[in-house]
Amino acid sequence: MSELSVHPLGEAALCCTLPAPVSLPQQQRIWQLAAGLAGVDGVQELIPGMNNLTLVFDPLRTEAAKLEHALRTLWARPPRSRALGRLVEIPVRYGGADGPDLDDVATHCGMTADEVVRRHGAAEYCVYFIGFQPGFAYLGGLDPSLHTPRRAEPRVAVPAGSVGIGGAQTGIYPLATPGGWQLVGRTSLALFDPRAEPPTLLAPGDRVRFVASTT
Amino acid sequence: MSVEILRAGPLATVQDLGRSAWRDRGISRCGALDELALSWGNLLVGNAMDAAGLEFTLGPASVRFDAECCIAVTGTDTDAMLDGQPLRPWWRQRVQPGQTLKLAAPRERMRSYVAISGSLALARELGSCSTDLKAGFGGLDGRALRDGDRLPLATPAALPARAVGLRPPEWDTALRVLPGPEHEDFGSAAREAFWRADWKVTPQSNRMGYRLAGPALRRERGGELASHGVLPGVIQVPPSGQPIVLLADAQTTGGYPKIGVVVRADLWKLAQLRLGATLRFVPCTLEEAHAALRSQRQRLDQLRSAL
Repeated sequence: MSELSVHPLGEAALCCTLPAPVSLPQQQRIWQLAAGLAGVDGVQELIPGMNNLTLVFDPLRTEAAKLEHALRTLWARPPRSRALGRLVEIPVRYGGADGPDLDDVATHCGMTADEVVRRHGAAEYCVYFIGFQPGFAYLGGLDPSLHTPRRAEPRVAVPAGSVGIGGAQTGIYPLATPGGWQLVGRTSLALFDPRAEPPTLLAPGDRVRFVASTT
Repeated sequence: MSVEILRAGPLATVQDLGRSAWRDRGISRCGALDELALSWGNLLVGNAMDAAGLEFTLGPASVRFDAECCIAVTGTDTDAMLDGQPLRPWWRQRVQPGQTLKLAAPRERMRSYVAISGSLALARELGSCSTDLKAGFGGLDGRALRDGDRLPLATPAALPARAVGLRPPEWDTALRVLPGPEHEDFGSAAREAFWRADWKVTPQSNRMGYRLAGPALRRERGGELASHGVLPGVIQVPPSGQPIVLLADAQTTGGYPKIGVVVRADLWKLAQLRLGATLRFVPCTLEEAHAALRSQRQRLDQLRSAL
């Protein structure tokens, strides 16, 4: 079994990292570690990252050594085979004003825009973790033939709901923000709503499919 | 019952102690940058420590109250006036309907807090009234306060009677820091420079983080890091070698190496540093970090029971 490395991040957090490379089974173990530590006394937050987990705790209620022990104990258990989360379909208006970089992506990838849309919609993606913005999902599973470098000039404002490709990643911007990804389309779904329960559409472990749509 | 913002100054927001359960969904903590000042102010006026108050950046600023209440101005070293009469910061003060509080620009510090008995009557979103400026929710419509805004006040259970004040916490610009997970990846010259330099807070700083200027810190080993959770107080070093200290509005994840972490007990000191000010990082042990946090919490507990 691969080694788990644990480092303190200040007096109130531990950073726990799995060895590279990133893989879905390893990422599933991250989610399992998070779930297993959720009820432990003094633990305040568990933040999954890419191949790592940050554990935030109250240092006056528990000790880092105790939590590290709990982490390692959980890690030593045989991994449970866990079904992935629910499937979320994201309707996307590809191209045009909603996806101004679709043609550039097609040119870069040496295929037609329709083929980019077909391949982008053919894959099933998995939410590895959420970060950067409320509800911004880091998705695994982009077809390597669609990998496209970021734009040379980042946009000052990317509209909320934009679906983009940046290098080997694809994702959806929950909020308007500056951004350098190639925008291929846009969804009308709200990725983040502070009044909704839960407030983000996606959670780690969810499966995602993009569906070409006109609305 | 309400409080009207007559003059908001450069940046005024509604803040409490922030959101602490949603970082795995990418939602930042936010909340008062000087948590200690807001907590003390709230205790002085008889509120729960985490009640929502007003955070002002620099100044001058002014607000008018349309109902009788009790207020405390904390965090600042500014001159405060209530209808032209000097008001002592870090004291609670009875306010009559129609009175105006004016905060002059602080002498050295950066942020002032106004705690109001009963607190602001705003809906909590995701467990907090704090304004998340980046995501645009919380506080008043998720935005900075503007001149003319009116914020509803809740009726306090009872107005505290006698005047009570506090000795403000000692502020200095030496921040205690624990080495971060990538501290050893920096060469010995870079590590020495990190601990020795006077770091300047640059104008490219905001509630998400302070960008510092000083000697370039070069990381000698270790590859690119995968995205990982980060917290207020974390000191990241981007490829430019100029560190960024994260504050309450920071993103939940980052990818830069972390040379150190400012201890929790000193985060309020960081919040009071102005753009252009200099700071130093002082090495600290885990035991010292715990002791500092413990004594801060004990003081808050004592204050709560004394009032």
